[in-house]
Amino acid sequence: MMDFINFHLMPGIILGSIYALGAIGISMTFGILRFANFAHGETMTLGAYFAFTLVQLTGWHPLAVLPFAMILTAAVALGIDRVFYKPFRASPAIILVIASFGMMLMIRSVIQFSWGVQLKSLVPGIQRPYILFDALRISPKHMLIVGSALMLMLAVHLLLSRTKIGKAMRAMADSPELARLTGIDTEMVIRATWVVGASLAAAAGVFLAIDTHVETMMGFKLLLPVFAAAILGGIGRPYGAMAGGLIIGIAEELSSYAWLGDGPLLAPGYKAGVAFTIMVAMLIWRPSGLFRGKVF
Amino acid sequence: MAVLELENITGGYGETEILHDVSLKVGAGEVVVIIGPNGAGKSTAMKAVFGLLRLSTGRVLLDGEDITSMPTEQVVRHGVCYVPQTANIFPSLTVEENLEMGAYVRKDDYRPRMAEIYDLFPPLAEKRRQMAGTLSGGQRQMVAMGKALMLKPKILLVDEPTAGLSPKFRGEIFKVVQDINGAGVPILMVEQNAKQALSIADRAYVLVDGRNRLDDTGPGLLANREVAEMFLGARGTNGG
Amino acid sequence: MDQAYGIFLYIVSLLTMGGIYAILALGLNIQFGFTGLFNAGIAGFFAVGAYVSAILTTAPSARHLGGYELPVVVGLVAAMMVSGAIGWVVGRVCIRLRADYLAIATIGIAEILRLILKNETWATNGARGVSMVPKPFEYLPEPWNQLGLMMLVLSIVAVLYFLLERARTAPWGRVMSAIRENEPAARAAGKNVEQFRIQAFVTGCAVMGLAGGLTAHYLKFIDPNAAEPVTATFLVFVMLIIGGSGNNKGAILGAILMWTVWSATELVTSRLPDDWAIRSAYMRVFLIGLVLQIVLQRFPGGILPERRLRAVKGGKSDR
Repeated sequence: MMDFINFHLMPGIILGSIYALGAIGISMTFGILRFANFAHGETMTLGAYFAFTLVQLTGWHPLAVLPFAMILTAAVALGIDRVFYKPFRASPAIILVIASFGMMLMIRSVIQFSWGVQLKSLVPGIQRPYILFDALRISPKHMLIVGSALMLMLAVHLLLSRTKIGKAMRAMADSPELARLTGIDTEMVIRATWVVGASLAAAAGVFLAIDTHVETMMGFKLLLPVFAAAILGGIGRPYGAMAGGLIIGIAEELSSYAWLGDGPLLAPGYKAGVAFTIMVAMLIWRPSGLFRGKVF
Repeated sequence: MAVLELENITGGYGETEILHDVSLKVGAGEVVVIIGPNGAGKSTAMKAVFGLLRLSTGRVLLDGEDITSMPTEQVVRHGVCYVPQTANIFPSLTVEENLEMGAYVRKDDYRPRMAEIYDLFPPLAEKRRQMAGTLSGGQRQMVAMGKALMLKPKILLVDEPTAGLSPKFRGEIFKVVQDINGAGVPILMVEQNAKQALSIADRAYVLVDGRNRLDDTGPGLLANREVAEMFLGARGTNGG
Repeated sequence: MDQAYGIFLYIVSLLTMGGIYAILALGLNIQFGFTGLFNAGIAGFFAVGAYVSAILTTAPSARHLGGYELPVVVGLVAAMMVSGAIGWVVGRVCIRLRADYLAIATIGIAEILRLILKNETWATNGARGVSMVPKPFEYLPEPWNQLGLMMLVLSIVAVLYFLLERARTAPWGRVMSAIRENEPAARAAGKNVEQFRIQAFVTGCAVMGLAGGLTAHYLKFIDPNAAEPVTATFLVFVMLIIGGSGNNKGAILGAILMWTVWSATELVTSRLPDDWAIRSAYMRVFLIGLVLQIVLQRFPGGILPERRLRAVKGGKSDR
């Protein structure tokens, strides 16, 4: 039982929180801009690398540099939108998918060029986990990740439910044309979407880096589960993305538990398959996702 | 000078032209109705006002100013508000949030205006915190109209407001339209329900196959033989 | 004289690998250019074809499945069939998906296939790959061995081009065109849109499997890195879009052109001092990506834009 919690459920919750943060951004850009942003994974990687450099420069704790990493990443995302996506606002979605596919490789190569491909560590040293009740292992960095992720999700909730721009974002996710006909400044909403999505992606990247390490393919590895989480939750439904992320994260970690007999149910090498299978199942059975999002 | 004028509009969405040389105007304080068979281009004519059409020729004038190539958001900011036939509310926003969005471009306090809208549509006041997508058809229509009115528009464009509504609601909607007009807002309305619409119209246009066919005062068209045959006579009351 | 010979051999290798990429581009053209299907998992189908052909043609080995020592031709045909079969399964499940969903699904497929190839080491020798794959003409003296393989590849390109052009102008191709132009109309005319799309998808995947098989034999080696998204998927898209999506000639032109650029830039950067050489590899990817963005914005039709089929006079087949 304790093994289950310590080595499967807890990691699942942590991974799920990271997926959730990444999925909100994907869900919103998909819902408002109507295309699957393949470069979102690299946005997460970029956030982690910005944090790395900031930590190197200042010596602060990663959590302290996180806001700055988020700002830098958001700025890059805005720039990319302006130069590479804005020309295609009226074009079919497939063009944007190709452009974002290309962007994915461009961002990654810039990261590889600038920082090199060796693994880097965001939090030096190994931390001993706390042991509560003689059995429950909780390491400080995990509490940090889950706690910060919850706070960020709360912030997103407040943004979307209390602020004018947040409501406009939800409105535009419902119907961009009606938003325009209502007089909503759609370009501003688009910019806000990029800022929110990229900031959360940066946070996801930083948290993953805190949990593991900083490496150039980390974002790409997150891409499939994050897409799966967004689809599971329902495109354009930020709360759905949060739920979807947690479900996928926990499912992935639980898949390698010894449910039947001795060995893991699914060989750990195939963990990525879990998210993929859930995603394909959703696309066939209920494409609008759990929370009834957009189906295009 | 007309508040809104469409001058010789020829255009469509893709390559085919839907409207051919269509002209119409709405004067101050008027209720102007567009009627015509299905596919006549009535809704299309309305969309031309918002730059949602590819125009080959023609102009759109607002208070004499040429707004033909003005972007949609700008047109709305100039006081032209629109209630589309479908997809006219934000389903995942509450009633109140929908109204707030309607007031998006206002920089001042919109709450007094919101109170006025709730007075105009009492059922909405009770349901203000309910998600708009869960309301009935008639209530949704009220949200759509209320939303469009939050800006105190210069002119209100309404596209088939009674489509799919029960007869009781139809009457209510027409009454609301008259009330709004009574408060000084000119209205351009597309309607399938020719008889009822003409009875509240100051003037009306008949569009057939994307062209102007007839125009006259409301009472005038009501009495018109051709109109009677097309919409009112042979098929009895035009079912909505 | 030596230098000229060296250049000659280099050009032969360019045309061989370029020819293989042309096959990939033609396969993608069927799926994406003709049918609008965004297959972001080219790498997967390519890798599967490579492994199938390698396994069927290699000598027995303790490290991987094999030992059948079948002729290369059999390997290649099998590669096409297996890739096509996987394409059929994927297509049945995913063909109705909108472009971006299909892209996500196919990228997932490619990843899963790569994981299988990497994890099932009993069959594939895992990350170490399958080596000593037989190469056609390898027992001929130089340069005939390389020329022979090049001619083989280029003849396959020619045959494929011929077949695809025939298909394009035949009724099948016209239906595909109609579906792409106006799907509701095609459905209304009674065409089973899903069937046609699946056919296009499967054919494309089989072609990609063929390219994979040829690569395994050309390099005499295959490992899971063959399913690497940059070189095996992205580059092919760039080739097709720059060459002219929807145009078979464009696909071939784009492939050979971009491969030459890709390969030549590698020659240049490999002469740089070590750490610059590594970093410049990333720069090459960046530049290819940038070129793609520029082409998308400025020259979306590519070098050889698609030639639309002229409507049959008085007929309604293309509308």
